[in-house]
Amino acid sequence: MEKPLTQHIRKDGRPLTLKEYEAVGGYQALRKILKMTPKEVQVLVKESNLRGRGGAGFNTGLKWSFVPLNAPKPKYLIANADEMEPGTFKDRILLENTPHQLIEGMILSAYAIQANESFVFLRWAYKTAAAVITNAIQEAYQAGYLGNNILGSGFDLNMHLHIGVGRYMCGEETALLNSLEGKRAIPRAKPPFPQVSGLFGRPTIVNNVETLCNIPHIINNGAEWFQKLSHTGDAGTKLYGVSGKVKKPGAWELPMGTTMRELIEEHAGGMQDGLKFRGALPGGASTDFLVSEHMDVPMDYTSVAAAGSRLGTGTLIVLDDKTCPVGFVENLQHFFAQESCGFCTPCREGLPWVEKILESIDSGEGRHEDLELLEYHTKALSPGHTFCALAPGAMEPLQSALKYFREDFETHINEHRCPY
Amino acid sequence: MATLYIDNKPHEIKPGNSLLETCLSLGFDLPYFCWHPALGSVGACRQCAVKVFKDADDKKGRLMMSCMEPATDNQRISILDKDAVEFRAGVIEWLMTNHPHDCPVCDEGGSCHLQDMTVMTGHAYRRFQYKKRTHLNQNLGPFINHEMNRCIQCYRCVRFYNDYAGGTDFGVFASKANVYFGRHEEGTLESEFSGNLAEVCPTGVFTDKTLKQHYTRKWDLTMSPSICQHCSLGCNIIAGERYGDLRMITNRYHGEINGYFICDRGRYGYEFVNSEGRIRQPILHQHVVDREKILTEVSVLLKNSKVIGIGSPRASLQSNFVLKELVGKAHFYQGVSTREQSMDELALAILKDGPVRTPSMKEVEEADAVLILGEDLTNTAPMLALAIRQSIRQEPMKEAAKISIPPWNDAAVREVIQDKKGPLYVATVAETKLDDVATSTYRAAPEEMARLGFAVAHLLDQTAPEVIGLNEADLALANRIVHSLLSAERPVIISGSSCQSESVMKAAANVSWALHKKNKNVGIVLTVPECNSLGLAMMGGNPMEAAFQAVENGEADTVIIMENDLYRHSSKTVADKFISRCKNVIVLDHSHHATSANAHVLIPAGTFAEADGTLVNNEGRAQRFFQVQESANTIKESWRWLLDIGAASDNARIKQWKNFDDITVTIANEEKLFNGIDKVSPPSDQRMADGQRVPRQPHRYSGRTSMLANVNVSEPKPPEDYDSGMSYTMEGSRTLPPSSMIPFFWSPGWNSVQSVNKYQKEVGTALRDGDPGVRLLETNSDSPVDYFKEIPEKFRAIKNQLWIVSVYHIFGSEELSAKSASVAQRVPGSYLLIHRNDSEALKLTEGEIIEFQIKEQQYRLPIKWSDSIAQGTAGLPIGLNSVPYVDLPAWGILKK
Repeated sequence: MEKPLTQHIRKDGRPLTLKEYEAVGGYQALRKILKMTPKEVQVLVKESNLRGRGGAGFNTGLKWSFVPLNAPKPKYLIANADEMEPGTFKDRILLENTPHQLIEGMILSAYAIQANESFVFLRWAYKTAAAVITNAIQEAYQAGYLGNNILGSGFDLNMHLHIGVGRYMCGEETALLNSLEGKRAIPRAKPPFPQVSGLFGRPTIVNNVETLCNIPHIINNGAEWFQKLSHTGDAGTKLYGVSGKVKKPGAWELPMGTTMRELIEEHAGGMQDGLKFRGALPGGASTDFLVSEHMDVPMDYTSVAAAGSRLGTGTLIVLDDKTCPVGFVENLQHFFAQESCGFCTPCREGLPWVEKILESIDSGEGRHEDLELLEYHTKALSPGHTFCALAPGAMEPLQSALKYFREDFETHINEHRCPY
Repeated sequence: MATLYIDNKPHEIKPGNSLLETCLSLGFDLPYFCWHPALGSVGACRQCAVKVFKDADDKKGRLMMSCMEPATDNQRISILDKDAVEFRAGVIEWLMTNHPHDCPVCDEGGSCHLQDMTVMTGHAYRRFQYKKRTHLNQNLGPFINHEMNRCIQCYRCVRFYNDYAGGTDFGVFASKANVYFGRHEEGTLESEFSGNLAEVCPTGVFTDKTLKQHYTRKWDLTMSPSICQHCSLGCNIIAGERYGDLRMITNRYHGEINGYFICDRGRYGYEFVNSEGRIRQPILHQHVVDREKILTEVSVLLKNSKVIGIGSPRASLQSNFVLKELVGKAHFYQGVSTREQSMDELALAILKDGPVRTPSMKEVEEADAVLILGEDLTNTAPMLALAIRQSIRQEPMKEAAKISIPPWNDAAVREVIQDKKGPLYVATVAETKLDDVATSTYRAAPEEMARLGFAVAHLLDQTAPEVIGLNEADLALANRIVHSLLSAERPVIISGSSCQSESVMKAAANVSWALHKKNKNVGIVLTVPECNSLGLAMMGGNPMEAAFQAVENGEADTVIIMENDLYRHSSKTVADKFISRCKNVIVLDHSHHATSANAHVLIPAGTFAEADGTLVNNEGRAQRFFQVQESANTIKESWRWLLDIGAASDNARIKQWKNFDDITVTIANEEKLFNGIDKVSPPSDQRMADGQRVPRQPHRYSGRTSMLANVNVSEPKPPEDYDSGMSYTMEGSRTLPPSSMIPFFWSPGWNSVQSVNKYQKEVGTALRDGDPGVRLLETNSDSPVDYFKEIPEKFRAIKNQLWIVSVYHIFGSEELSAKSASVAQRVPGSYLLIHRNDSEALKLTEGEIIEFQIKEQQYRLPIKWSDSIAQGTAGLPIGLNSVPYVDLPAWGILKK
């Protein structure tokens, strides 16, 4: 089983140096694409069917193609390394261990859209990653992979590390742009899309770290190779993760389409002793619960969507039978209400209301009509009603919890207490 | 044109506008908060959701925010769709989770956009059971009250204050359901446009603090359409009265002039009307007398003496005209200094005889290159500065259009524009508040500014006179200006009289004419000192110094001084001498001042609130202000007093005139320049289609049967209005009045100022029957260009002297507003502005007293440092009460 993204990660946890990365074929893809036209690179990536690993799953090559190639400078490429989705820690592995893989991926992507400035927008709490990336960018400049006239090709690219200040909102690509400009981290309306008017109003691509790390391998091995890595129609490998009360929580690179059962039972070692699986959020906190009946759903974009949820970041949060689902969801809603940027009404006012209702149910003060109010919010805070995807994402675990664990909510209300 | 289907009915529309704007223009009631016609769309509040269908077969549709979607041909939308209706009510429900239910004690209650929208959506029942968030409020100074708990986070305040008006001391703080709008710390709001927050805010977070001092519900006001009296731009305002006090000034929408906003001087300057300093009774030799007595006395005086009349640039055309009639044309004086008069006349000549048209402020907003010569607009004509802040976006906005971002998509447009600014060149004596957005600033003595302007004109057109001896830096700047002006499609040149330098104004004229010869669609804007300076210049009259001479020579012994404090237009020595030489000084004014203190006869004139009149703004637009309140005392319009005096002294012509219309029609017919001023508003005998008058009071007006019950239990007959087709009551026509006669904005379901939408043809454009006023000075673009040729000498500093030039303050430099209690709190102390190096050379530090003499006038003033004022020059804040008048520019001789 091929694990292109993680195969070279050292056991001792020390990041690969530039030399070590070069020794395993690093920066060969860069030499290769400098002989290609940007359009050819875009087409190759598009054909590989690489879909965005940040959660939305949009075809990466297609996204790049919306950047006007002939637009005057500057254009920007940004690595979204603001990994703040609860339960998600996959990009961290790539950032801390194989920084040059990301940097090379960024150079290739920048070349494909002819951007000359790039940023790594890093989560504030990732201190180790910050040090690793800072060092790697320096190495890349010294080796001539960054800066002016890269490898004599005439292509220029600067790269900057920007460390966020710790708002979930900054992971949303347009809020990230505002934050990077020094403005409030509020999202922007689309259209115009960042590909046309992004950072400082210039054409910009924002890609997830895992997405970018895939690019060198696609360039080196081709679109067909990439598609064959997968068990299913969605191409490539995926960094999956499992957290919750399992025996061995962690993250692993596996073929796209690995089932939830394999993830939990094999890789995460199964549930902790005495606990039973009740459900899981398949792709971080803003996805719908999947339950036992979905154990054999292949974890790819299409199949998880068909099961009523989203692959999201591909990192499961497992709910066991001794943890109160109401408290579980309440905790999530607390997070989302707190991380709302406050720009649009439904999110700013709706989420705290939801949180307060859940708090009251959990403390035994809930009323039956509260369930109707929760249902109402899951519909009222749906995509398009709010300015960005934060509140609709927040509603996903709630609406599925109401569906699969409704009796738990009712018990709280009927018994005026939390039964757990 | 295109067709938009709303709930399956076709409507003719102009495609490209947002759906929200389109629906509102079609007359639909669609609720909104974050959208504002002048601020555009950002999609924050989610209140304006409608269903948008893919095509006629799509029955499901998608909820979309109508403010964020362009209207397109054959598009199908639904306002009445169940999901849309429920969602809109839901948005209100969310907002209400934190909005306090304090409407009964809220200043905004009953005229609140949030209330209106709540009723419109139908949300009524409260399902939220938890505690509301609360905030601490800030003291934001004398103009604006802050009550953050009421905030619904529509973001309009910060978008107006920062993005639109360029403020920097206000912002949005924190996040989630704790977003806070205010200053980083408590303190007076610095923007000159802060008062607009009270109208921009859809609820009661920002309210008018002066109204709070004498609060009344807004619909309990008797209101009239009026014109701001505090600068020459002629912004349209609504003035509201109750119990004899003027209580509030708000914006009155005018599509060509002030749009949706007014400046803080215009909004808060009104308090002088209620002040202790008013002249309320006729006074004869220090004794209060009645109306008949004063009329008899004055008519006797007029018969037995040699009378002259001094008019005023802050009095109406009617008042100046009747005074001129009463004393005779030869004995009518303009009441401004010779220099001011010549400046006003020059401005008039340029606008009247030159080939270049003066644009409206709306057109200035759309200019794509601006050159300002000599005007600190934020302090002399504030709303023009606000217009310029919009104009600098024009050129960079072309980039947004290129990538198909509609101009109303505000956040996206600003994103593309970033910090890019269109060309704006500011040449002034000292720092201005437009410097932060200027391409280049130029600080110099007026003579140097004029030379720069003349140089620009010459570079544009070699037949314009050349400036000899221009230094390299100035030549380079002139070339840059030329390049910008030539690259623009709609350049505007702005100058005015505040430097009191004819050369500066002439240089500006030359630049505009040279551009005109290059076939540029150029405009020239000239500001003048007072609300009717241009009107007075058009009316004509002798210079005031001639009046002093006439008395000195014994040709006259009695003077009628109307709405004029001579001490603001001539030095104390000269004015003292003049007054002491006059046998009879008759002062007709509304407020006490140095001149009235010396009057033998004092006649109580009405302020704008107690008067009807016509003013001509700097654009040459004649505009009517209507009386707001009938005064309880003997206070009358100056022109009415003069009519009475004329009748009492048996003046045959004046005796024929009975009301406002009689005078106005006479002026229009007899004075060529004023042809058309009788068309500014309908004649007083004209009624609405239903035969009724336009009521000054809303139908919700309360208390009329009881408000005077302490005097008489029977309700008194309301005062009659002989001068207009308006009434002083709540009875009358409820149909849309003519645009010049809109006393307040109201429409069923729209109790806040947002109801102005219903008075416009299309939202954000002209009022339904055209924006009010008549432009009197339309230029002929074929007029020959006859360049001004006298180029001033290079400025040369003189040792131990300073070339003293006027500098201005929005709060303090204008006479009437400075008497307002709230404005008075913002008036700075007096000072002399000099360059730091000049000050240090004199071994004086900032704040130390500098002593100097201009002509016979002595000054002792604290020093204020400037890093940019030209060395050898100094700025004197003229008009401040603590700074005696002097004719500037002039050399100030430093005391050793």
